[in-house]
Amino acid sequence: MARGKLYIVLFTTAVCGVFSVVVSLAAVTLKERQEANRKLDQQRNVLVVADLVDPVTRLTVEMADSLFRENVEAQLVRLETGEVVPDDDPLAYDQQRAKRDPALSRPAPDNRAGIPRLPLKALVYLVKKNDALDAVVLPVEGMGLWGTMYGFLALEDDLNTIRGITFYDHGETPGLGGEIESWRWRDQWEGKRIYDDASEVAFHVRKGRAPPDDPFAVDGLAGATLTANGVTYLIQFWLGEHGFRPYLRNLTSGMEGH
Amino acid sequence: MAAKTRKILLEPIFTNNPISMQVLGICSALAVTTKLETSVVMSMAVISVMSLSNLSVAILRNYIPPNVRIVIQLTIIASLVIITDQVLKAYAYDVSRQLSVFVGLIITNCIVMGRAEAFAMQNRPYPSLVDGFGNGIGYSLILITVGFFRELFGAGTLFDVQVLPLAAEGGWYVPNGLMVLAPAAFFLIGVFIWVHRSLYPDLQEEE
Repeated sequence: MARGKLYIVLFTTAVCGVFSVVVSLAAVTLKERQEANRKLDQQRNVLVVADLVDPVTRLTVEMADSLFRENVEAQLVRLETGEVVPDDDPLAYDQQRAKRDPALSRPAPDNRAGIPRLPLKALVYLVKKNDALDAVVLPVEGMGLWGTMYGFLALEDDLNTIRGITFYDHGETPGLGGEIESWRWRDQWEGKRIYDDASEVAFHVRKGRAPPDDPFAVDGLAGATLTANGVTYLIQFWLGEHGFRPYLRNLTSGMEGH
Repeated sequence: MAAKTRKILLEPIFTNNPISMQVLGICSALAVTTKLETSVVMSMAVISVMSLSNLSVAILRNYIPPNVRIVIQLTIIASLVIITDQVLKAYAYDVSRQLSVFVGLIITNCIVMGRAEAFAMQNRPYPSLVDGFGNGIGYSLILITVGFFRELFGAGTLFDVQVLPLAAEGGWYVPNGLMVLAPAAFFLIGVFIWVHRSLYPDLQEEE
């Protein structure tokens, strides 16, 4: 069958047109469900890192919402000053999007965590028990070996002792750097401390084994020193002066005032 | 089932398996088989993409201009893969996160395009659908077997349920760290090819 050039152009255009419509339809109709999944995943990470829910539980949207309503208070924090920004619906704030918006972010000061831009405001979660502060969950991120690692760090009510860590998004090598996700490694964070007596960030990931009596160190990851260093740097950044330090200071003085 | 259809369906599963005979699709077979769950979901994704792409290409085969046929095939396959990815993100969010880029990389899985080009371009829609499905099953068979052994020996679990009690938790099994790394998949596929050709001696190449 002989066919002209026009036929080829028309046929190709038609095929592309039809499949674009099909793909767009799928994307649009599934968007709502995907957003709900993403939100649930975030909530689940916050709840797990704060020990409010067992990681093996299959969490439904309703369960997550009610656990959040009862135990968690979300707050927007101005990073530079550490003051809480009043907001009716802090959970609607998208920190990752804000980071890319020039009006809502600023270039980050020089840092080893590989963070180029900082959002002006960060979304933190206060975990309450009988109206008293039980834990605080902070979002942290920083460069690993292959890309940015995103996680949450939960601190006990002394704002120094670690309750848990989770990395919910990263591109580290499975089996090596990817072990930052494993419970075996994350479990040893519990009970370690961030600040030493001089109020400096002393927490770090060791290369090799950490001495069991060192309150500021956890074991390194075999074959993943660069990932482990990335984790050290991101903790040092986010708990330092450019991160949540001012906020934690305000929180401490607020508690003493009561 | 007609004898010919049966042959189209069964051949890629046993005698002409895309992974063990043609050694195609190895990339994803290494990457997603650390766990059984990801292997199964990846298999289902590949089966549906391959069946539907073969079907679509076969329906259009008489209208596709030969000089742009690869472009058209790619358009069809890419669209189906994006839809599969979207569906997984909506209905199997956790697994889709673990599979990450590998769902998108089905586009570059040589088996999919190989079947569209080698079979669906010359055959009617129904046999093409069966061929795509059969090749998908053949691929899955190996993926799931590899996933089974890697998860069992690498973590002592199957579908995340502890089967072999770990020494670290008071049991007796010490997980084999090699199993979770990519080379383990190579070893397993190698063993698979060995067993396969011993069972069917006529598949062995002449020396």
